[in-house]
Amino acid sequence: MSSASSTATKPAASSADRPGTRKALRHHRLAETFTAWSLAGPALVLLVVLFFLPVFAIFAIALTDWQFGASTLSFVGFGNFKEVFADEGFRASLVNTILYVTIVVPGTIILGLVIALLIESGKSFRAFYRAIHFLPFMATLTAMAIAWEALLHPTIGLVNQTLTGLGLPTANWLRDENTVLPALAMIGIWQNLGYAMVLFLAGLKSIPQDLYDAADIDGADLWLDRLRTVTLPMLGPVTMFVFIVVALKAFETFDTVQVLTQGGPGHASEMLLFTLYRESFEYLRTGYGASVAVVFLSIVVALTLIQARVMDKKVHYQ
Amino acid sequence: MSTPHSQGLSAPSAVMRHCVLLITGALILVPFVWMVSLSIKPPGEIFRASFSFWPQQFYGIENYTRALTEAPLPQYMLNGVFVCTMIVVLQIAVCAPAAYALAKLDFPGKNLLFAMVLIALILPHEVLSLPLFILGYQIGILNTYAALILPFVVSPFGIFLFRQFFKTIPDDVIHAARLDGLSELAIVWRIMVPMALPAIIAFAIFSVVSHWNSLFWPLIAVRDQSLMPPPLGIMAFKNEEAGNDYGPLMAASTIVVAPLIIAFLSAQRWFVEGLTGGAVK
Repeated sequence: MSSASSTATKPAASSADRPGTRKALRHHRLAETFTAWSLAGPALVLLVVLFFLPVFAIFAIALTDWQFGASTLSFVGFGNFKEVFADEGFRASLVNTILYVTIVVPGTIILGLVIALLIESGKSFRAFYRAIHFLPFMATLTAMAIAWEALLHPTIGLVNQTLTGLGLPTANWLRDENTVLPALAMIGIWQNLGYAMVLFLAGLKSIPQDLYDAADIDGADLWLDRLRTVTLPMLGPVTMFVFIVVALKAFETFDTVQVLTQGGPGHASEMLLFTLYRESFEYLRTGYGASVAVVFLSIVVALTLIQARVMDKKVHYQ
Repeated sequence: MSTPHSQGLSAPSAVMRHCVLLITGALILVPFVWMVSLSIKPPGEIFRASFSFWPQQFYGIENYTRALTEAPLPQYMLNGVFVCTMIVVLQIAVCAPAAYALAKLDFPGKNLLFAMVLIALILPHEVLSLPLFILGYQIGILNTYAALILPFVVSPFGIFLFRQFFKTIPDDVIHAARLDGLSELAIVWRIMVPMALPAIIAFAIFSVVSHWNSLFWPLIAVRDQSLMPPPLGIMAFKNEEAGNDYGPLMAASTIVVAPLIIAFLSAQRWFVEGLTGGAVK
């Protein structure tokens, strides 16, 4: 047996005092280290090459005026960032993304929570309702975006037909700069509310029964009373978690913009990832694109750190 | 005692519950239903704009035939299957041994390695796309299957998830295996992975769903139609068709969405667990 017993109980100190044992122990440690690194080696190398070097590279490129394919480049310091924030297109992209997130996050959370509460309030057809509401989250968004385009079509789309039928005003949803962002946000909510729902369902299951019993004794007879005094307060941490993960998903919206609007009309639906893609890979403004990537990364990391702080109070990884 | 867990709702509330959930459920399903409906209608009926789901003249055969022949849709699907399979197999091959080392072995640098996994877990992949594109260009793999697969062969989430699961397996099992003369690598594949099968399946579903659905990286990595995975292929099909030939386009969308929907409906619990990243227990 060549290897190591890592997790094993530590040898008694007295036995390690004897020279032979100490040597054996050192050999044993070396063998374990060797085994561990040969098992983790491929993952380590790939993590470095595919994650860490690219992250350093993106910061480095963001400080240069390099254009993909050009043989020369020069250091421009924070010049790209100045250009990025002075650029009307980028500012529109940032504002649109924030606006989109502020529509999608509350919409997703409220609908996800209401549906989860309704599903949990009875016993019949739970799996059925859960499946239906979760469906959009795993359906290929590129394909579903095409279905949404047909639904939102100005003349033959079901949405406008229904509105006309009800005597309400219609719109050219994806081509009007006032409606395009809300329309994309609606698709975002449609896609993510099932995700929020299953997270809330898990949160609801973990509320101890005792609390409901106690609330009963205190006279909380109505479902609404129990909701106010027990369920909603107990869902606080889950809600914070859902808030962050849905915000992250919303910030990372790309497919619907790429397939449906290309950021238009004008800059009305341009969002960060789309800007990142277009500047980096269509316009080949590499340094500029890298700066957009850095801005995007900063937002995502900030959100994740908030999440880590919140979750740290509940979850321990070790 | 009346609690939401132990007692059902009163009859009117129960009816209300079903009403609301059926309405929200129906609204959720509208895009799916409309997609299938348009995919079996002739152009004339699509542009006449009616509310009816079923067409007066069934045009499904024509639309689906055009979707399957005018665009290389079968090729897209095969590309998707091949790329997703390669990614998930390589991910498990790379991540399981690393996760075992992190969960069950003691070695210098262990905490650093785990910290690297946690940091990589935070990084959104789109941010890495530009350097990865340059890397792919340098080693000459752009516009090949390798370009679609390589960036994903190590999954920080996979390492993290497997490590959590491996930690719950008792050390005695490992000691017994060592006494039986199994090598450490054999312990990973013959003991740990089979015992952690629920985590492996959940991860595999997560991985396949996210890579089957992903558009961003394939858009950057490949140009040839013969290499495109389904989302990119269907986008190309839409652009070629000038976006207005809805019948075949909806048929193609239906074909792309169908495999995951069918798999989801037949293994719902696994999908929910896999896609919520172990947050649901």
